[in-house]
Amino acid sequence: MMKKERINVSRREFLISSTSIGVGIGAGFSLGLFLPLSSRAAIAAETWDIRASTGVPEVNAWVVIEPDDTVIIRIARSEMGQGTLTGLAQMVAEELECDWSKVTTEYPTPGENLARDKVWRSFSTGGSQGIRGSHDYVRKGGAVARHMLIEAAAEKWKVPMAECQVANSVITHMPSGRTTTYGKVAAAAAELFPPEQVELKDPKNWVLIGKSVKRLDTDDKLNGKQVFGADLQLSGMLNAAIKACPVFGGTLKSFEATKVRKMPGVRAVVAVEDNAVAVVADTWWQAKTALDALPVIWDQGPNARMSSASIDQMLDEGLTSKDKVFVGNQNGDVKKALKGAVKTVEATYAYPYQNHATMEPMNATARWTKNRCEVWCPTQNGEAALQAAAEAAGLPITKCDVYKIHLGGGFGRRGAFHDFVTQAVAIAKQMPGIPIKLLWSREEDMTHGHYHPVTKCKLVGGLDDQGNLTGLHVRISGQSILASVRPQWLQNGVDMITFQGLLPDADHAISYTVPNLLVEHAMRNPPVPPGFWRGVNINQNAIYMECFLDELAHAAGKDPLAFRRKLMANHPKSLAVLNAVAKQAGWGKPAAKGVHRGLAVVKTFASYVAACAEVSVNDKGKLKIHRIVAATDPGHAVNPQQIEAQVEGSFVFGLSALLYGECTVRDGAIEQTNFHNYPSMLITEMPRVEVIVMPSGGFWGGIGEPAIAVAAPAVLNAIFAATGKRIRQFPLKNTDLRSA
Amino acid sequence: MAKLKINGKLVDIDVDGSTPLLWVLREQLGLTGTKYSCGIGLCGACAVHINGEAVRSCLVPVSSLNASQEVVTIEGLSADNSHPLQQAWKELDVPQCGYCQPGMIMTAAALLNTHPNPSDADIDANVTNICRCGTFNRVRRGIHLAAQMNTKSSSKRGGA
Repeated sequence: MMKKERINVSRREFLISSTSIGVGIGAGFSLGLFLPLSSRAAIAAETWDIRASTGVPEVNAWVVIEPDDTVIIRIARSEMGQGTLTGLAQMVAEELECDWSKVTTEYPTPGENLARDKVWRSFSTGGSQGIRGSHDYVRKGGAVARHMLIEAAAEKWKVPMAECQVANSVITHMPSGRTTTYGKVAAAAAELFPPEQVELKDPKNWVLIGKSVKRLDTDDKLNGKQVFGADLQLSGMLNAAIKACPVFGGTLKSFEATKVRKMPGVRAVVAVEDNAVAVVADTWWQAKTALDALPVIWDQGPNARMSSASIDQMLDEGLTSKDKVFVGNQNGDVKKALKGAVKTVEATYAYPYQNHATMEPMNATARWTKNRCEVWCPTQNGEAALQAAAEAAGLPITKCDVYKIHLGGGFGRRGAFHDFVTQAVAIAKQMPGIPIKLLWSREEDMTHGHYHPVTKCKLVGGLDDQGNLTGLHVRISGQSILASVRPQWLQNGVDMITFQGLLPDADHAISYTVPNLLVEHAMRNPPVPPGFWRGVNINQNAIYMECFLDELAHAAGKDPLAFRRKLMANHPKSLAVLNAVAKQAGWGKPAAKGVHRGLAVVKTFASYVAACAEVSVNDKGKLKIHRIVAATDPGHAVNPQQIEAQVEGSFVFGLSALLYGECTVRDGAIEQTNFHNYPSMLITEMPRVEVIVMPSGGFWGGIGEPAIAVAAPAVLNAIFAATGKRIRQFPLKNTDLRSA
Repeated sequence: MAKLKINGKLVDIDVDGSTPLLWVLREQLGLTGTKYSCGIGLCGACAVHINGEAVRSCLVPVSSLNASQEVVTIEGLSADNSHPLQQAWKELDVPQCGYCQPGMIMTAAALLNTHPNPSDADIDANVTNICRCGTFNRVRRGIHLAAQMNTKSSSKRGGA
């Protein structure tokens, strides 16, 4: 038996029951970290309750089982629509062997994670990492809990563990036929030490992983019960509306609070950091109304003359410059190859700034006292939110915590940046003890983003007399996300993420073998804040590479599929997804009258994706995207129907960007302020999407982002087939698509 | 002071008459299922029914309403997720982040009021809500499925 009477007491001290999580702690384990009971009670009395569990001790960090056999699985990553919550629960449940119909979930807080030596590992939800970055330890978490539960039953029956089996939360002692359930032995299991080693199932024996179970978070999204950050209500809470200097790098000079102080509901008008002003009122509408009436004077700072044209010039210079140029991928001698080519093709593409435009604008709720700071917010990275809260609060991180709320969209905006948390805490600090909910207006959200970076790309390719690609020079010029956001991740000054999809190997490798290749980045960083935007740099790199390959194929007089295949002998998984879409779309066979096809393939976030788009363009230049066939090989597919949903959704994101996504800069500020001048595609523009999920096993690739990248180039290549036009500047709304 | 009828109940609201219905619902009545996203009537996240028609509540000043108008929000669509659209949405796992879905469902519900069996063109013309996660194809399938469920249940009842 594994029961450890002697050290049980000390273990109990370090075991945190699921009641005590978030509510202060018993038994000599007071870190001052958890929300005191009184505050907890106050919150529980609200519409807001962060816990699914009722107070039974956890089996381990990942699993709590209630006496009624309800299984609560703890999820560290954030749910923002991508389905990770359900997928991660499936993986824990697969090893736990529990009754899936009784599974629910809860978020631990980042403060608890710190206090427990990061038992839940990373909270970061970006880079399509949710599943692929945690599959091993969450499955292990389930397996360990299963072991402890069986051990507890065996101990109760005084039989060897090996004689017990489990299925669907029911433990059976095989020789005697006696049974018990997880709920009945969970409390005893919680007293046991976890096994040091557990064996994970062979993927061929998976039952839940790979199954298209329904999402766990749907019900409340159908009736308005789902609480998003913007919906949070705490007792005594006040609401804040904020305006930051519209010019990047500008600061707040002055404001006339007396002009709005007596407006209905207004409680305070406060400066926030050095660049923003907020009105705090009883309701948000009152706060916003007063803020709109508030006279504010800005110091516009050093960027007041910046414009899209001045940024363009910076990037143009980088297309041919020798200054600050980094190499991302190189083989052979591209200069020689291009010199010796029978035919060379050259083209320059450009990709604009884009806003994440989450449907739920940025927001956070903060309560600050001199002893404690708490923040409630939708975040893709609870730990980063906690860090931001502690810094803004001026308190040790152990005196702060963050309660995560489902996100009304993330897309990268709520992961690396917690400017909204910093602001909310800065306001709350000026009104101690009062919960302050800060909600950005759409206009604030549009003009203070962390934008998809701007780049241009000049490509030169050489062909021999047989029409084979003999050399390719790719020169990217433009903004580095890392230089601005994660300078510590630069490698000798190089931003390797800039080369996403063009790298020699690993998660973001180029899909082709090119005999003489040079891929470079001239880093040019305009003072518009860049950010990780769903897909990051693969979105534009896939356009550059896949559209230019189409140009080369055309110049070589070859079929774009055949031209690609010839370069893909060493890239069998990429070739497999490409072949799959070509076959299903009927490549090589005639399409309907007026309908034309285009292809694209990439490897990114460790997954292989391809698309074949079918479009028509009428004589007035109106584009219709009829159908996209997409294939994805993510290695293991945890929930195929959710992968389909992500691929469909990725196309909305990618096609919205292609059709409409553009933020322009004038006088140092972003010009687009709302969906009238930053549109997003609508249902009427949505093509039929056929998703081929073809997991080949043996690796874990991402799902939430990769497919975005193939949407635009597949459609652009189809537009060329339809019109003879190569479009190299985006979005398409700026281009006349009538046939050349 | 305004008197309104929300989800079948008469309520007194003490608020500036220019306040949009959206903010009265969210901040005076605690009905936060109706979402703020654009504030200029473009995205549809704030759609509610006024006398059965889908209306973008961010553009409706509360002073323009009176107690004879039936305002229905997502919270009032059904008591228990039993509206055919809610059932269809559940069956097809339509929502992703879910933020636009109350507006999407209310818009679709109003469409089914006037078009019990809508064509794709009807859906295109009437559902102009923005969804950044990209649930459109499942929304479309969900509307068709709900229409089928309606047809089946009305034929079970012996037709309308």
